[in-house]
Amino acid sequence: MAQDDHSGAELAAADSSHAAHDTAVSPGTAVITADSFENPGFPPHRPRVTDENPKREKRAQRTVYTLFYLSILGSVWAIAAYMLFPMESNDVGAVRLNNMFFGLGATLALLAIGFGVVHWGKAIMADVELVDERHPIGGSPETQAAAVKVFADADRESGFTRRAAIRNSLIGALLVFPLPAIVLFRGFAPQDQMPVELLSHTMWKKGTRLALDPSGVPIKAADVTIGSAFHVIPEGLQDLEHGKLEEKAKAAVLLMRLEPSELNPAPGKENWAYEGIVAYSKICTHVGCPVALYEQHTHHLLCPCHQSQFDVANNCEVIFGPAARPLPQLAIEVDDEGYLVAQHDFTEPVGPSFWERN
Amino acid sequence: MTRQKRRTGRRHPLATVALLALGLVFTGGAYAALSNGTTAQAEVDPNSQQTIEEGKKLFQANCATCHGLSAQGTDEGPSLIGVGAAAVDFQVGTGRMPMQMQGPQAQQKPVQFTDEQIQQLAYYVASLGPGPDIPSDHLVNGGGDAANGAELFRINCAMCHNVAGAGGALTEGKFAPPLTDVSGVHIYEAMVTGPQNMPVFNDLNISPEDKRDVITYLKYLQDNRSPGGIELGSLGPVAEGLFIWIFGLGAIVAITVWITAKSN
Repeated sequence: MAQDDHSGAELAAADSSHAAHDTAVSPGTAVITADSFENPGFPPHRPRVTDENPKREKRAQRTVYTLFYLSILGSVWAIAAYMLFPMESNDVGAVRLNNMFFGLGATLALLAIGFGVVHWGKAIMADVELVDERHPIGGSPETQAAAVKVFADADRESGFTRRAAIRNSLIGALLVFPLPAIVLFRGFAPQDQMPVELLSHTMWKKGTRLALDPSGVPIKAADVTIGSAFHVIPEGLQDLEHGKLEEKAKAAVLLMRLEPSELNPAPGKENWAYEGIVAYSKICTHVGCPVALYEQHTHHLLCPCHQSQFDVANNCEVIFGPAARPLPQLAIEVDDEGYLVAQHDFTEPVGPSFWERN
Repeated sequence: MTRQKRRTGRRHPLATVALLALGLVFTGGAYAALSNGTTAQAEVDPNSQQTIEEGKKLFQANCATCHGLSAQGTDEGPSLIGVGAAAVDFQVGTGRMPMQMQGPQAQQKPVQFTDEQIQQLAYYVASLGPGPDIPSDHLVNGGGDAANGAELFRINCAMCHNVAGAGGALTEGKFAPPLTDVSGVHIYEAMVTGPQNMPVFNDLNISPEDKRDVITYLKYLQDNRSPGGIELGSLGPVAEGLFIWIFGLGAIVAITVWITAKSN
């Protein structure tokens, strides 16, 4: 350490002479050399109070070891708090107390070490300004020449440039090597069914009754009064043995009733609604969030994730936001007993776009 | 001269002000005590002709400008025939009506009528056409199943009102209000009548018992603090991110400045 010590003045002098030398060598077509920045060197050394006043030094020393003892206290407290405030399995409040007091102890333990070390370094350790010169990054000319020679020798001995057939086949092998890993991605999708098929069809089919989420009680057309919004699942979803969530994620539907005169059905979809009752997929065509923020007077549906807006009165066309397609409509009718049933499955895949989507 | 005169007077210069303040406090206090007493006793008979007459007078004086003299509706406000007593009790009882100004949606403000007047208004409007009635007490006192209510709330309400009932934004300046300090009866009435742009949740969609469960859940939220500590408005990642950006990064910057500053 002592070897590295330079006085500030010495360094400043060395630097300014260096700068003067540079301006002399410069060919100097530029006009800014006159006010080029000169290294001002170090500011005058200002001793700390702990250097001049032994009392203050003692005090700083006390602060540092107090902080370290505080850290020990924090650690011990964290252990004690874990036992004093046990996590009861049925009490969220107990978990909160446990976490909070344990965390306070652990925080104190770490913070006190950190503050103590920094304060030690700033107030008590030796206070000298010094410069560590940056060493040149490149090696010496001999080292560089030796490295070039190693490469040349390796190329000559292995024949990497000369034996093109071997080299190219190796490059080919390395390029193909990652492909099996890509194939493994297929394993994320169900193995026995085609993912495109799964994305293209839902549980809805001709005659499936519309049922209330979560009870599964079928809905009569007369139940749906004007201004209502029903959250709908296909009847029978609750009885599924497995894959219930997957099916629900595709088949969830929002059922709304408007004044029939307010609906402007697209050509070919005139009989998809029943007396102003319309059913639309709840899965946003952007990235698949549930779109269910329904405003009964403006007939706007808002997706809470990215603020796409759909106009229920106009076939759920996108009127704002990043969604690219209208929400798919579920064609509905009424069966003999007055219950709302689907006419058929959605005629297009619900939810966000995917590669093979037509 | 005048200064001398004032000083020689026996009364303190502020005595009049003090006397006035005292008088006002007494009058106000007595009025508050009396009026509290009368509203607590207010028992309005929904079917009596007198109630309906009183309600009609109140309606014509306070509501008819927008809703029409016989509640038939005008260009400024919708018809109230068939909205029922529940709608009036909600809109007037939460201070949304009479409306302060036309806008994206009616804003809440201090209630303009006494409980008795609100009931008279409600039963007058109910007499114009059948509609949902003010719910009975056992449905709104929060004695139901909070777990079932929470599931129904997440399915039917949470997308607009936030899963913790903190409210949220809708389109074009409309918003779903927070439910953190709404009374049970007003929550029930909002579900059956669908005020502003809220959809209607009739008794065949969410049965009265299920509505009681939803209210029980909201009461549970109102009465129990969040187990996670400070909620930051329960607004989700935006509020939490802002908090950590300001206070977390702020603390890091402050510590960095301290570490690099030269000791005194």
